[in-house]
Amino acid sequence: MTSFTSADGHGAVPTSGVPVDEGSVPHRSQAPLWEVFVRSKRGLSHTHVGSLRAPDAVMALRNARDVYTRRQEGVSLWVVPSTEIVASSPDEKDAFFDPAGDKPYRHPTFYDVPEGLTHL
Amino acid sequence: MSEQLQAEFQAAFQAEVDADGRIEPRDWMPDGYRRTLVRQIAQHAHSEIIGMQPEGNWITRAPSLRRKCILVAKVQDEAGHGLYLYSAAETLGADRDELLDLLHTGRQKYSTIFNYPTTSWADVAAIGWLVDGAAIMNQVPLTRCSYGPYARAMTRVCKEESFHQRQGFEAMTVLANGTPAQRQMAQDALDRWWWPSLMMFGPSDGDSPNSAQSMAWGIKRFSNDELRQRFVDATVPQAEHLGLTVPDPELRLDPETGSYAFGEIDWTEFYAVMKGDGPCNRDRVRNRVAAHEDGAWVREAAAAYADKQARRAAA
Amino acid sequence: MNDTALDTDLLAYTLRLGDDCLVLGQRLSEWAARSPQLEEDVALLNIALDLLGAARTLLTRAGELEGKGRDEDGLAFLRDEPAFTCGLLFEAEGGDFGQTMARQLLVSAYQLPLWQALTASSDELLAGVAGKAAKEAAYHLDHARSWVVRLGDGTEESHRRVQQGLEEVWPYSFELFERDDVVARLVERGVASDPDLLRPVWETTVTEVLKEATLEVPQTTWHPTGGRSGKHLTSFGYLLAEMQHLHRSHPGARW
Ligand SMILES: [Fe+2]
Ligand SMILES: [Fe+2]
Repeated sequence: MTSFTSADGHGAVPTSGVPVDEGSVPHRSQAPLWEVFVRSKRGLSHTHVGSLRAPDAVMALRNARDVYTRRQEGVSLWVVPSTEIVASSPDEKDAFFDPAGDKPYRHPTFYDVPEGLTHL
Repeated sequence: MSEQLQAEFQAAFQAEVDADGRIEPRDWMPDGYRRTLVRQIAQHAHSEIIGMQPEGNWITRAPSLRRKCILVAKVQDEAGHGLYLYSAAETLGADRDELLDLLHTGRQKYSTIFNYPTTSWADVAAIGWLVDGAAIMNQVPLTRCSYGPYARAMTRVCKEESFHQRQGFEAMTVLANGTPAQRQMAQDALDRWWWPSLMMFGPSDGDSPNSAQSMAWGIKRFSNDELRQRFVDATVPQAEHLGLTVPDPELRLDPETGSYAFGEIDWTEFYAVMKGDGPCNRDRVRNRVAAHEDGAWVREAAAAYADKQARRAAA
Repeated sequence: MNDTALDTDLLAYTLRLGDDCLVLGQRLSEWAARSPQLEEDVALLNIALDLLGAARTLLTRAGELEGKGRDEDGLAFLRDEPAFTCGLLFEAEGGDFGQTMARQLLVSAYQLPLWQALTASSDELLAGVAGKAAKEAAYHLDHARSWVVRLGDGTEESHRRVQQGLEEVWPYSFELFERDDVVARLVERGVASDPDLLRPVWETTVTEVLKEATLEVPQTTWHPTGGRSGKHLTSFGYLLAEMQHLHRSHPGARW
């Protein structure tokens, strides 16, 4: 019997009868994987936040900015392919991170919750 | 690996899980655990990116500039969620291209909820309120999942989902208090999205034999039915606040428990939609495949350029 | 010149800037769930959000200058095609990813020096919008440059496609530097940036990028114009139909 779990965030999906990795798909032009580190504010060290795929360092850094700092989560980024470390320089901070500052609607506190209602 | 060593690893793994600790990518883990996680995280990721479509197709039609911006930000977040999750799956040795291929060929699934059409603007509001609301119920426990990278991805996702749910509820509030036509639109959306939202939690516990194993592994913390009940209890008062009617004549509040009893879910519909017979299955997958195939030349160009640059640097 | 005339010019100029941002934001958001890779969905929607944000401020201000009680939505959703004054380059269809990136390059290479110059505008609101928009445009230009270079110097197919996209949108760039009476008067007053000064900056940026991308600067004698006076491309009517339909179907409703 096919089993379903709700533990998948956006809804139940089968937990059996689904292939996991075939190992047979030709890798067309899969970009290399980069690890992303974000310094959330001055005085703190860079922290690993996840990874992404990008063909080169420039694109990796740009993608990291878009993917991992949409809510001003960072003032500086590192992307690391295997051994190499690439960091955004401090003077890029403005063009890189400030633009997210005027999008308060991204944060839940932007919305009024009617009095007495919970679970929102 | 010797049998004895294997048993020691297994014991250490289970002890870590039982102590509510976290398993990290380089730790030893049972193969079943890894496979379960890859399957779950991948299909979760697929749900995020397929989920961009039903709402995304309203971006260009959003009825105010403020709503347009909010919707763009939300759909963009869902792409981000997909990325966090594919990245978590890759820490288990899976490969994003392979996982996408499994989605594109229909061998891996995504949530049935995204196979329903968004026929009015109120559907965008209803999705934020109900679908993202249900997703939060599912995902909050996952922030304590035994697999570290998945748990951390969920922590990021949950912060963002809260914005999604609130904007949906706010949009729904405006409609419910708006013109008669808007009110009608809101009620109609609730009518269509209520039952599919309850189905998001999956079949009853008795019909989900793998749940027990996932619980023992610290991947799943609450049963499908428990989560569904929580969602109903949280959401019905919100619908009442909006002055909208939940489309379930059997809905009753038990004053003693504070919980709602609700009607029977039509599981034949759920299985049919999962199998591919929902109104939008074909479109959703086709659009995804088209985006992937139309973009192949761009990805190839970026790779070719990176190769050239590397060769130039070496020369 | 009296105050009324100043307001009319400023209104027209503010509206042009706002329409440019609105219409391009709308065009870019068409890429949602369609882009070549997930990372690019996020990036393109980011740029769309920046533009829509600027459009909201500018249209709100235009409504105030007009003084007829129209807000950002009144201007975005209730004007007919001839009342829009966006440049043709902004409304031009995106085509494939190569054409979208070519358009992004031409637009951002124009908007960056435009906003930079406008930070010194004697109009306080424009100067304020410009300060923020210049930072955003720097990022947009960087994004477009990266892609145009990668596509141009990538594979044979990508080179061909981005060159073709560039040829398609290039003719619309001439209109950006037109100097009609409104612009001339506002340059005089220190409100608008001078298109004669923008043009060489734009040319330098674009030529450098195209060179790095191994692309040809298109040669054309066709210089279409009309956006600023409400004469738009055929496709623009369809853009408006899609954008305005829901809002117009419920007159007076709040959203
Ligand atoms: Fe999500
Ligand atoms: Fe969401």
